[in-house]
Amino acid sequence: MAYPLQLGLQDATSPVMEELIQFHDHTLMIALLVSTMVFYTILTSVTTKLTNKNMLDSQGIETIWTIAPALILILIAMPSLRVLYMMDEVNNPHLTVKTIGHQWYWSYEYTDYKNLEFDSYMIPTQDLIPRQFRLFDTDHRMVVPTDSPVRMLITADDVIHSTAVPTLGVKMDAIPGRLNQTTFVVSHPGVFYGQCSEICGANHSFMPITVEAIPLIHFEDWSTSMLAKI
Amino acid sequence: MAEDIKAKLENYHTAPFDTRFPNQNQTKNCWVNYVDYHRCQNALTAKGADTTPCEWYRRVYTSLCPMAWINSVIHE
Repeated sequence: MAYPLQLGLQDATSPVMEELIQFHDHTLMIALLVSTMVFYTILTSVTTKLTNKNMLDSQGIETIWTIAPALILILIAMPSLRVLYMMDEVNNPHLTVKTIGHQWYWSYEYTDYKNLEFDSYMIPTQDLIPRQFRLFDTDHRMVVPTDSPVRMLITADDVIHSTAVPTLGVKMDAIPGRLNQTTFVVSHPGVFYGQCSEICGANHSFMPITVEAIPLIHFEDWSTSMLAKI
Repeated sequence: MAEDIKAKLENYHTAPFDTRFPNQNQTKNCWVNYVDYHRCQNALTAKGADTTPCEWYRRVYTSLCPMAWINSVIHE
């Protein structure tokens, strides 16, 4: 999960996010190399004692510094498109979870078999118990099974919100009257956090998303216990 | 035919991928299945036939459509 002074991306918990991180690292490295080269060139140009009052030109260097950037861009575009199409791959989901944004909480619906529906409010800071994370933990979590393609349908009840869980590589707007779809697979069990990512009023910063991934056998127990509780 | 539908319904996990709605916006998918369920019910009831095939549409729209949307339509 996120930590103070974090600079990079969170570790991946889904195959798509692993690919996104690799692509990010590849592209950032290219960007840093180009920036370093440009910076060095500017520095040497500005500090050199050499002078030449004549107009200089060279077909050779002009060719090189036209072709080389084009090749670099192709080197970036190919993995980019690969990941983009990978994110859109058809996978027949095993489960559908509906996420509805409200001011200022999320509600989750699991209606494939029975009608399980519950709200998820942030735990107020004054009510936290020692192991809980401030501004991240919620009273109920969105529970999903591991290693199963999950379809998430996102909408909102009032204003625009946005669901994001960075470690899963999920971000999708919650728009009233529209049902947005995204799919993900959670690679290993755990608890993963995200925050509302579209300004939605006074408590926009206080409506986090908590996803708990557990093995499928335990998922069935959880859904039975939730149905009994609610 | 009826046995196929029953087998399909028994093996139902969630709404399968619908090639008519391959993209991000699934609003129409929910609406189409809701409407198809009611059309199927009306058509088969008018003919006096078994309405079990319509169950498929009901399962799909229940999986896809937010409960608030379904309830608000019913109450209208």
